[in-house]
Amino acid sequence: MSDALLTIKDVTKAYPGVVANDAVSFDIGQGEVHALLGENGAGKSTLVKIIYGLVKPDRGEMVFAGALFAPAEPRVARAAGVGMVFQHFSLFDALTVAENIALGMENPPVQRDLASQISEVSQAYGLPLDPWRTVGSLSAGERQRVEIIRCLLQDPKLLIMDEPTSVLTPQEVEILFTTLRQLKSEGTSILYISHKLEEIRTLCDTATILRRGQKVATCTPAETTARALAEMMVGASFEAPQKQTGKVGEVGLEVCGLSMPALDTFGTALKGVNFSVRAGEVLGLGGVAGNGQDELLSALSGERTSASNMVQMGGQDIGHFGPVDRRALGLFSAPEERLGHAAAPNMSLIENALMTGAKRQSLVRNGFVNWSKTKGFTEEIIARFDVRTPSAGNAARSLSGGNLQKFVIGREVLQNPDVLVVNQPTWGVDAAAAAAIRQALLDLASQGAAIIVISQDLDELLEISDRFGALNAGVLSDIVPTADLSLDQIGLMMGGATPQEAAQ
Amino acid sequence: MIRLEKRLEPSRMMTAVTPVIAVVLTMIVGGIMFALLGKPPLEAIRIIFWDPLFDPNFASYSRPQLLVKAGPLILIAIGLSLGFRAGIWNIGAEGQYIMGAICGAGMGLAFYPTESWVIFPLMVLAGGFGGWLWAMIPAVLKTRFNTNEILVSLMLVYVAEAILASVSQGLLKNPDGMGFPGSRNLQQYPSAANTELLANSGMHWGVVSAFIVVIFAYILLTRHISGFHIRLTGEAPRAARFAGVKPARVIILCLGISGMLAGLAGLFEVSGPAGQITIDFNTGYGFTAIIVAFLGRLHPVGILLAGLLMALTYIGGELAQLMLGLPGASIQLFQGMLLFFLLATDVFTNFRIRLGEAT
Repeated sequence: MSDALLTIKDVTKAYPGVVANDAVSFDIGQGEVHALLGENGAGKSTLVKIIYGLVKPDRGEMVFAGALFAPAEPRVARAAGVGMVFQHFSLFDALTVAENIALGMENPPVQRDLASQISEVSQAYGLPLDPWRTVGSLSAGERQRVEIIRCLLQDPKLLIMDEPTSVLTPQEVEILFTTLRQLKSEGTSILYISHKLEEIRTLCDTATILRRGQKVATCTPAETTARALAEMMVGASFEAPQKQTGKVGEVGLEVCGLSMPALDTFGTALKGVNFSVRAGEVLGLGGVAGNGQDELLSALSGERTSASNMVQMGGQDIGHFGPVDRRALGLFSAPEERLGHAAAPNMSLIENALMTGAKRQSLVRNGFVNWSKTKGFTEEIIARFDVRTPSAGNAARSLSGGNLQKFVIGREVLQNPDVLVVNQPTWGVDAAAAAAIRQALLDLASQGAAIIVISQDLDELLEISDRFGALNAGVLSDIVPTADLSLDQIGLMMGGATPQEAAQ
Repeated sequence: MIRLEKRLEPSRMMTAVTPVIAVVLTMIVGGIMFALLGKPPLEAIRIIFWDPLFDPNFASYSRPQLLVKAGPLILIAIGLSLGFRAGIWNIGAEGQYIMGAICGAGMGLAFYPTESWVIFPLMVLAGGFGGWLWAMIPAVLKTRFNTNEILVSLMLVYVAEAILASVSQGLLKNPDGMGFPGSRNLQQYPSAANTELLANSGMHWGVVSAFIVVIFAYILLTRHISGFHIRLTGEAPRAARFAGVKPARVIILCLGISGMLAGLAGLFEVSGPAGQITIDFNTGYGFTAIIVAFLGRLHPVGILLAGLLMALTYIGGELAQLMLGLPGASIQLFQGMLLFFLLATDVFTNFRIRLGEAT
């Protein structure tokens, strides 16, 4: 490792009521892949925004390539040689790749020249991308390439990547890592933000761990166990989810030939989806986002009804049942989008508990809400699932993502579901909360519930599911026991291969 | 640099204080406007807000008028607020009000000159039904064909006005009216008259209904699951569907209630203060009620207070026109300012002002 490219010294940034960064100091070396690790709210985003010129620190200084560095806005940071790929892409679906890239440039060249530059860079770094394609038709992985190439065209000295692999298949992750390693060998430094520990251990040279705004440690991830990294992040040891082998019972939910049009123009239609899940078992459904997950959840939750006999529970056709009737039968679900779908942002936790608990918890009598009983149910969720909130009366939007997710999962789990469907149960949730949620799902299964976990997080699916299937373009692969699968096979299945093809 | 920052929790203090701030700002800016018109601003404000209630010369006439004017405003605004809470925008309460009045008065006139105690209750039912039916047109079109209820309900106001013009010169025209347009005067038909219940109070059945509806709406919104579903639909439509709320049911319910209450307001008005169906017996209560609903923060108690305040500006405004020769348009402008400032200050309930650089 050579001299430091970026030195961060005593950077402090306080917001009312919270110190986001408290005297954080570390160096990023020339040609180093440096991981920034931490739970949600640990201060990773604030620090990165300071480096990229989006936030001004209260105190502290940075030295970039030998010169004092205090970017007042991203334009200055970009000019100095800092590029950033955000977790959420800022692309226009209706424009082509080249047009999108031109929009982010100070002085864009004519489209034809830009397109050839894009092709050049994309070939040089093994990121195939057609400059003339419309962004709306690209997969998430390809969209990320657009963002990366946009940065690479500016020839950055430091590339910041915020949770880049959350939308990728394992194969796409491999391609990305190859590109990043190539960049590194050319002397580009990379600041890599993630909470996927295994990834960091394979890719990164150094890791800086933040907790509650403070730097906890800088270490070499390859020489540290994932477990030790996680504990440094959380500041306490926590148990990895334990699976109890319970008895697998009757079929809880059966889906036969479920077909359904897409929710909107950018959604995916379901085509003949078949699966069944038994009591006591966890079925994992993987796949890259946008391959029909939202449609499947809405078909199971009852938000959308389906033709007769496509969805059956205990032999009964429930395709025409709405969410209330399904909950009465014991079929519960937790959608991916917490704010606005699983919970109403401006309403209190008590009101949010009433949302799905009304019937099964008998919170309503003769049409009148029993608020004190609802409050009791809310407080039970808060206590049992360790939801950190000042009170049950706080608005859902005031909770952090992980806490709200614990609340949402807790709300369904505490109602003793016979079948529980969850979509992305630990998306954007810190390691400790994720472990708690997975444990709750496993406990529920061991008590005899049938559980369907829809997730993009393959480690999660391998950890908790008994059987696995992959959704690709609205088609579900055959379901196979998870124990027989390797990560590579799963990746191929997510790309649309059958388990047999994937095994070869 | 000044910028707005979203509050984690809506500020309860601001929810209560902003209406007061809005009223004060309206007085200040309104006062400037009156001064520019060459009228004494302080006197104008006093005449609008103080004299109708306390001036010895006018109060005896104008104090009962407060309830007479506030009653229909509150009745309509409560209905509208339920829809507004759910994101259903019934802008056509004026039309539902007219249709309620026509149906209710028609029912009464059909019995003329029979005297019976059942006539007035039947008129109330007919009035509510007329308003409900008129609101069902946008409701059904929205649930069936996903039409925009704002446009449909608004355009139906003009249809209702055309029907009003037609019946007051045709179907319901007073046969003994010497050819003048307008129906018989219901005040002179005891079985059909909505009389003042307490002398010189302005209190009639419509005002009583308004007070009852305030309580009903309060209980609906805070205690009943339907009220919860209405609020949930407005807050987060996707979450409402996930909870099992059927959007079509909420649309039918909200438009139905608001149409019915507007219809009742129309019936009470035509059988009481207005007395007869004429081409222009409606005085825009249906539109003003939209302002009242928002001024009252879509909260039943707030609407009660807002209705009284709005009625005061009406009466005070008329008085100011009379006393100071202020143009009528300036009074409407004054009322418009009230809504404008209210919406503007409403921002501070959910946002706070920060000085300095964006972070």
